[in-house]
This record gives sequence, structure tokens and C-alpha cells, in this order.
Amino acid sequence: MKVPAQLWFGAALSSAFVVAALVSLVWTPYPVDELSIDQRMRLPGDGYVLGTDQFGRDMLSMLMVGARTSIAVAIVAVGIGMAFGVPLGLLAAANRGKPVDEIVMRTNDLVFAFPSLVIAILITAVFGPSAFNAILAIGIFNIPVFARVTRGGALSLWTLDFVLSARVAGKSRLRISLEHILANITNLLIVQGTIQFSLGILAEAGLSYVGLGAQPPTPSWGRMLAESQTLVSLAPHIAAFPGLAIVLTVLGLNLMGDGLRDILDPRLRSTR
Amino acid sequence: MRYGSRVAAAILALGVGAAQAQDRIVIGMQLEPPNLDPTGGAAAAIDEVVYANVFEGLTRYRSDGTIAPGLAESWSVSDDGTVYTFHLRAGVKFHDGSEMTADDVKFSLDRARSDGSTNAQKSLFAGITDVDVVDSVTVKITLAAPNGGFITNMAWGDAVILAPETAERAATEPVGTGPFRFSRWVQGDRIELVRNPDYWGERPALESATFRFISDPTAAFAAVMAGDVDAFPAYPAPETLAQFDADPRFQLLIGSTEGETILSINNGSGSLGDVNVRRAISHAINRREIIDGAMFGYGTPIGTHFAPHNPDYVDLTDISAYDPELSRKLLAEAGAEDLTLSLKLPPPSYARRGGEIVAAQLRAVGIATEISNLEWAQWLEQVFRGKDYDLTIVSHTEPMDINIYARPDYYFQYDNPDFRNLMKDLDLASDPAERSEILAAAQRIIAEDYVNGYLFQLARTGVADARIQGLWPNAPTQANDLTGVSWRE
Repeated sequence: MKVPAQLWFGAALSSAFVVAALVSLVWTPYPVDELSIDQRMRLPGDGYVLGTDQFGRDMLSMLMVGARTSIAVAIVAVGIGMAFGVPLGLLAAANRGKPVDEIVMRTNDLVFAFPSLVIAILITAVFGPSAFNAILAIGIFNIPVFARVTRGGALSLWTLDFVLSARVAGKSRLRISLEHILANITNLLIVQGTIQFSLGILAEAGLSYVGLGAQPPTPSWGRMLAESQTLVSLAPHIAAFPGLAIVLTVLGLNLMGDGLRDILDPRLRSTR
Repeated sequence: MRYGSRVAAAILALGVGAAQAQDRIVIGMQLEPPNLDPTGGAAAAIDEVVYANVFEGLTRYRSDGTIAPGLAESWSVSDDGTVYTFHLRAGVKFHDGSEMTADDVKFSLDRARSDGSTNAQKSLFAGITDVDVVDSVTVKITLAAPNGGFITNMAWGDAVILAPETAERAATEPVGTGPFRFSRWVQGDRIELVRNPDYWGERPALESATFRFISDPTAAFAAVMAGDVDAFPAYPAPETLAQFDADPRFQLLIGSTEGETILSINNGSGSLGDVNVRRAISHAINRREIIDGAMFGYGTPIGTHFAPHNPDYVDLTDISAYDPELSRKLLAEAGAEDLTLSLKLPPPSYARRGGEIVAAQLRAVGIATEISNLEWAQWLEQVFRGKDYDLTIVSHTEPMDINIYARPDYYFQYDNPDFRNLMKDLDLASDPAERSEILAAAQRIIAEDYVNGYLFQLARTGVADARIQGLWPNAPTQANDLTGVSWRE
């Protein structure tokens, strides 16, 4: 099987950010929790690879730690979405057409109808803004996505012969769902997971931008953008780098997701 | 890029061409007033639109902070200092054409001090026992005790004169005696005023004035750069001032405000009740770094809750000089080494940026902070009314407001009987030398009690079209007085 170029490119871009985030756990060029006002808004070069921000913190270090925030939020949010969405989807598919299916899917539609930002504002209005609540908001938004994908994939499997034979053999719906259905939609979930991961990074940046995400001093790409917007004319690099980081990461993840889908998605393969 | 700048230059040229013989002005403001009745609301934005423009009081503030006659031409004080007789200007008319008389003054003052009054500064009128109409242009005001600050009190926006027929509607259709009449209010966008042809004083040069509300600092920058706004007297993005300074089309209006910007400490919250812990916090603060980092150098360090441009100010910054070593020692002695404090920050950039810097400085001496960024409504609810906070940063913009430290129920929760007695003495004192002495003592008490971390006096950083003259550089009170504003040429 030929691995498409976009997958390589996407994977390289995304893993660069993951590596940066991992490295930031043990080392950053400069500490991000110390301000040095006299060093602020230095241009790239000049002792700092990517310059310094409005508080004199090293931009490269800020971006590395910011990547950690973004990735952590996105991973946990995708995790929440999978942990709740996949079982719900399996349950709905196993009980196709019954009230359970209706209740689960209509509730999904209800949640789906709310934009994630509205859910986030609701949650932060009640519990106050924090990274944890941002994760919660994005995670809740992910649940119906995974439920739908799971149900859609599972429904087509339920009509296949091997599932039928498993039913004839006397396996319960639960066992069939777990042993046969789930195993056969993993590819689907991986592809969807990658896409939701990139959306999660975007959502985290969006929430932080409006002040509902990670609170200072935790670096976050979205907040770096928000705080630098009045400084654009003075020190464009402070706004440009977090913006670039968001664009490149999301681009990388989307390319990777598309590439993975081309390889893994059985529906696409059969139409080729 | 080059094409873009050429278009910009062309648009600019058009703008300059159309700007000849200017008699209109557009003033930018960050916050929209909730209503337009300065005697019925606390918001600074109300006074910033109507003070001295639409409404006038018996006396008024000048741009340098001194007090001048307003609707009262002159006044005399009885020997015991309790009876003030005001002689009003004759022939002053309200915008609806009715005459302004002593009855209106009595009505306004009685309304402000009545039990059901919603006046935000009722203490201004607290000492008044009687307001008597002597004749149509003379009012006699009797005080319970001498009050050296009474003439200043009457200059506040909260003490302006309204007519009984129109006072009820002042919130939406203000009718005053000022040089400008209210014309129209487009909610969420702008308020328009037009010249009052029947004004008793000198005719203002401007035909009309528009106040536009732009809350976002980036949008404010764009609006001034594009010329949509002619002047932004309290410009919210100090970081971009350098750019305006370098541009000959603009002038900077740098002055002082009455805003003591402080790191408010909840004296009633846990170990913050310990003066040594508060002292440690004060010594951990590097004011210079905060002024440079948050305000881009605009601001004057203060060591107590008092405006440095006031003649009675005492420089007490040495009491809480930056000394992180001493901070760590004090914290160790107080047994508060693992302190984690909440730091709740309202939206202005002095608070948000200042907060991050303060947090880093406290971290350096071993105090952890949990920052939460709040909107104004949340801040008022949680911090100001709910007192659910450890630290916050806010600018106290009322003039001469050191007396808030005499209120144990105020959000600092500072309770010191000595200070309260001092404020009582101040109310009774009318001799200027004695008042100075009391004010100096008061400043010292709160500085030595380390009630709050005193950071800096908020600078008034304004930007305006270079051809505008007569705008106030300072803000001795919350106002945008347009009486003397005009365009050059």
C-alpha cells in the first residue's frame, strides 16, 4: 500500500509540535514563569531565537509550553468524547429503531446543535474560567461526534453475515458490540480522532482567545494571540508566532487525518 | 503592500480635505454610560459625557483641579462655618427654556439627600440640615457642622442642578443648563450633543459633539488612526502611544488622573489579616517594573492612597520599597511560607498585565497566586460586593477618596478606629493647615498598616488629532469638558 505524501507531511508537522511539547516538560530555552520587563519585545535573533513577548519572556519557550497546553486539552477532550460517545453509539446501533436509539441520538442532536463556544461560556459562567473547564466544554462537544460516527459505522456492520452468525451462535448484543463491531470500526475512530484532535486545538485557542481557557500565567497560544493584538504594529512577531503555531499544527493534523482516512477508511477503499 | 499604503494615503488626503472649517468633534470612550443622570448613577462614563457639557453645579472643577464658580456666581460662609449663602447667576435657562432659580437648587439638593435617593455619593450631602430659598437667586445652605470640603463637594457631577419638571427623565433625556444640549442616544454606539444657543456663559466653539463607545483597545487604535474618532481622552491601549507620538497628525494628552491603582488586599481573608504578611506582599512589589510592563512607562509610583499631584500628598513609597529579601524574611517569621492567594483581575489592561507582573513578583518571594480574569459584572459581584477574593488590582478613580478606609464594610475589610477618628476630625476641620496635617497622618496610617499594595497613579493617556485644542490633559474629576475645545486654523 502506498503511503500518500500528505500523510508524511502532516505527520512530520504534527509530531514536531508534539516533540516540542514533550521537550518543554524537561527543558525550555528560558523559564516561562519569570518576567524580565527590560528584555521585552526583543526581535527574533538578538539572543532569543523567536524574540520575546510584552513581558520579556522568550517566545520559543512560551510556544513550547503553549503546545503542551493545547495538546493536553485536545487529548483529554478527544478522550472524553470517545469514552462517552463510542459506547453511546454502540448502544444506539445495537438497539436500532428502539426508543433507546431515539433517545440517545436525539439527545446527541440537541448537544450538537449548541456551538461549543456557547457550551463553554455556559460552563465557565457557572464554574469560572479555567483550562479544566475548557477541556470539559470541548469534550462535551466531542461526544455527539463520536456517537454518530460509531453508530453509523456499526449500523452497516450489524447487517453483515459474520455478525449474523455471531447472533445465531447466541452471543449477546453487548458481546457482539464489544468483540466484533468495535474491532471493525477502530479505523474510523482513529481518523475521526485525528480530526477532532485538530478541532480541539483550534477550540482551545478560540476559548483562550476570548479568555475562557487556561488562565495566566499558564501559556496558551490563544491567549498569546489575544494579548498581543494591540501590539501588532509595535512587535508583529509576538502575534505572528502563536498564530503560525496554531495554523501549522492544525494543518499538520488535518493532512494527517486525510491521509489516514485514505488508507484506513473501509468505505473509501471499497469505492476506489 | 505598496498599493495598500497608496490607497491609505489617498483616503487620508480626502479626509484632510473634508476637515476644513471644523466645528464638530467625535470623542472616543471605552465604556458606554448606563444612563445619563449623574445624580442617579455611579458610573464614571455618565460624568464623562454630561459633566460641564450638559449639566452644571453650583461650583465646578477646572482642568487643573481647582474649584471655580459654576451656577453660583459667588458665595459667603458664616463665621462659624455652618451656613453657606450662594448667589446664583441671573437669567440662566434650562435647555427646555425654563428659568433656573433657587427653587431648582433646593429641589436638586433635597432630592440628592432624601431617603429614597439613588445618588451614588450621598456622603457629599450628608452634612446638610437645611436648604432655604432666600429669593429667586439666593440659596442658604445650613450644615450640621463646619465642613471644609463643602465647596468642593458641590463641584462633583453628583451635585449638579436639575429642574423638578425634567429630573425624572434625566436618565434618558437629560435637561441641564450647560453649553451643550442632549440630542440623541444610539444605544451601544454613540451619544450626540448640540450647542445650546441660549447658554449663559461664553459660546462654545463646537457646533456639535458625538461620544462614540469603543470598548476594544484594538478597535480604538484603528478608529483613531483612521480618523473616525477625533480624540480619545482615556485611550485604552498605552502600548500604541509611541506610534501616535511619532505621527505628526496626532498629539498625545498625557496627564494625571485621580486613579490610585492599587493591589487591593482582603484584610479579612485568612493570614492576610496579619500586617506582616501584607507588609511582605508590599515589599515584594517592584513598582517600576509594573509601570513599565503594564503601562509602558506612563504612571507615577505611589506609596499610599493619595494622588501625587495633590498638594497634600506625602511620598511614602519608601515605607514599602522593593525588597524581596525582607519579604521572604517577613513571610518566614509570620509562618506563611506556603501561601496561595487568589488574584482576581478586572478587564482593563493595567489590571490584566499588571496582574501577571505582580503574580511573577510574588512568586519570586514564594507566594503562589491563582489568577482569574473577570468581566466587570463578575468583578463587582465577587470582589467588590461579595468580598470573595484575596488580591485584586483596580484603579480607584474618585477624587479625594482616602475616606473609604474608614469604612470597615468596604471590600478591603480594613478596620482601624484611629483612622476612623482621623476622618471624623477631617470633616470638622476647615483650617487648610489643619486639614493638610490630618490628611498627611491618614496617608501614613494606611501606608504603615500596609492595607493594600500601593502601585501607581494611573496616567491619563489620551490621543487626539493634532489640530484640536482645549481638551483637558488631566482628569481632576471624571469629565470631558468641551466648553473650551476648538479646532486650530
